[in-house]
Amino acid sequence: MSDTITLTYTVSNEDFTRAGEASSDVKSRLKQMNVDPAVIRKVSIAMYEGEINMVIHAEGGRITVEISPSEIIMTLADKGPGIADIDKAMQAGYSTAPDNVRSLGFGAGMGLPNMKKYTDEMQITTELGVGTTVVMKVYL
Amino acid sequence: MDQTFYHSVRLDKSLCRGCTNCIKRCPTQAIRVRNGKAEITNEFCIDCGECIRICPHHAKEATYDSPDVMKQFAYTVALPAPSLYAQFNRLDDVNIVLRALHLMGFDDVFEVSSAAEQVSEMSRRYVEEHQEQTPFISTACPTVVRLIRVRFPNLIPHLLPFNAPVDLAAAQARERAMQKTGLPADQIGIIFISPCPAKVSAVKSPIGIAHSEVDAVLAIKDVYPKLLSLMKRSDEVREDYAKSGRIGVGWGNSGGEAGGLLTDSYLAADGIENVIHVLEDLEDEKFADLDFIELNACSGGCVGGVLTVENPYVAQAKLKRLCKYLPVACNHLNGEYTPHAFLDTKIEYKPVFRLGSNFKESLSMMQQIEELCSRFPGLDCGSCGAPTCRTLAEDIVKGEASERDCIFVLRKYMDQIPEDLLHQTEEEHET
Repeated sequence: MSDTITLTYTVSNEDFTRAGEASSDVKSRLKQMNVDPAVIRKVSIAMYEGEINMVIHAEGGRITVEISPSEIIMTLADKGPGIADIDKAMQAGYSTAPDNVRSLGFGAGMGLPNMKKYTDEMQITTELGVGTTVVMKVYL
Repeated sequence: MDQTFYHSVRLDKSLCRGCTNCIKRCPTQAIRVRNGKAEITNEFCIDCGECIRICPHHAKEATYDSPDVMKQFAYTVALPAPSLYAQFNRLDDVNIVLRALHLMGFDDVFEVSSAAEQVSEMSRRYVEEHQEQTPFISTACPTVVRLIRVRFPNLIPHLLPFNAPVDLAAAQARERAMQKTGLPADQIGIIFISPCPAKVSAVKSPIGIAHSEVDAVLAIKDVYPKLLSLMKRSDEVREDYAKSGRIGVGWGNSGGEAGGLLTDSYLAADGIENVIHVLEDLEDEKFADLDFIELNACSGGCVGGVLTVENPYVAQAKLKRLCKYLPVACNHLNGEYTPHAFLDTKIEYKPVFRLGSNFKESLSMMQQIEELCSRFPGLDCGSCGAPTCRTLAEDIVKGEASERDCIFVLRKYMDQIPEDLLHQTEEEHET
């Protein structure tokens, strides 16, 4: 057996009631695996923010989580509208979330900044009209 | 005996029929049915009492003391929980209940609600002085503290560092009794009248304090019938035991402790599943700007404890009605912290749910679990004795169960036997 576990999740379209299920599942597994609680905190917050982003902006998508002895890699891929200005999107407080989403308490413009803050590496690949892939790494 | 995971929930094997009700209901998946009987994994159990509630055969029982325990002491003090008052109809004067406790044989009565009022006042000060650590999580419900200790390590620093009101009350009641009687500490019995078995565990195996001042725990349901008849004679007693207001008595209901903080910046959740949900979200930092989180494992708050008599929601209504006639508070500390107020031992994370002893081992076990899960039907039927297919896979990897405990895997195996035999005889025939 290789020493990596790969978990995959489908994030469904605009279903807020299910948002956070994937990050919660990953969190409970990491707790069973002797991972430092501080690392678990980083992974679950970053992944939750990413998951919510996929629901709000991209009509869902796919998350792959790879757990290996050296790092945890989260890949969040969607076929959404793409990010027009990554620098702006990375600014705390900047949001393009629609009003109906804001009324639910989301869309504070902290999604991407928090994802960056809680991970050790983050890469965004995006193309307008095609989709966005965010790869986040947390070292173990 | 190791007291770290002492529990007040026990199984009566003779009554257990090995059904799957308790394994499905347990919030920490601590129960398995093996060889036709339920088994509780001590490390996982948080004393919530859900299995006692659900067991149709009454095989799960709470351990607590019998009223005979009073005879062991020269002088006894009853510590009634506020939820006790919620058991009675149209109670306007708490003294009627407290005097009946005296008639039942207690030398003195010390209301837990009066200590609760002090904890409320000290919490107000503490939360204000430590805003950087908010939100604070209440430590009054022992089941919640036990749950956080095994499952939410990142939330341990948010626990409010105060003793539960019953423990503060016990310390103060003993001091008062020693002053009054001149008796040594060990001849005074401090006896809690409790709504829940988790308090029994909290006494025998305290978390956050080295030693609990409570000597024995009686169940409200045992005391209740005795009080009913004695309450009629309560005017034989002159003593005025009632010394708490609506802030203290209100602690019996969910939201009562938070109400005593006199802030709007709080959340109060009750019922163990709701509590877990809130803790999960809290861990992901989904709540900003909350000062206080009140969590009660039982629905309705302490009035919903398994050792109570009345329906929790009816009890809530009764307690609210009683509070209407009480002053806001009767215990005032003038901004001081009282002795015995703070927890004195660090609460440490007990990672009981870890699979292996190190990351590498756990990783390889997790891989085996994923692989096993793909072979199980995913029905979570419980026939194997584990609550879900996933927990069965975990048990197998830990060496505590076998794949053929799954009836679907077993059926496949049985179906295969005649075919294998046929092949075997054919092969033998050819040779």
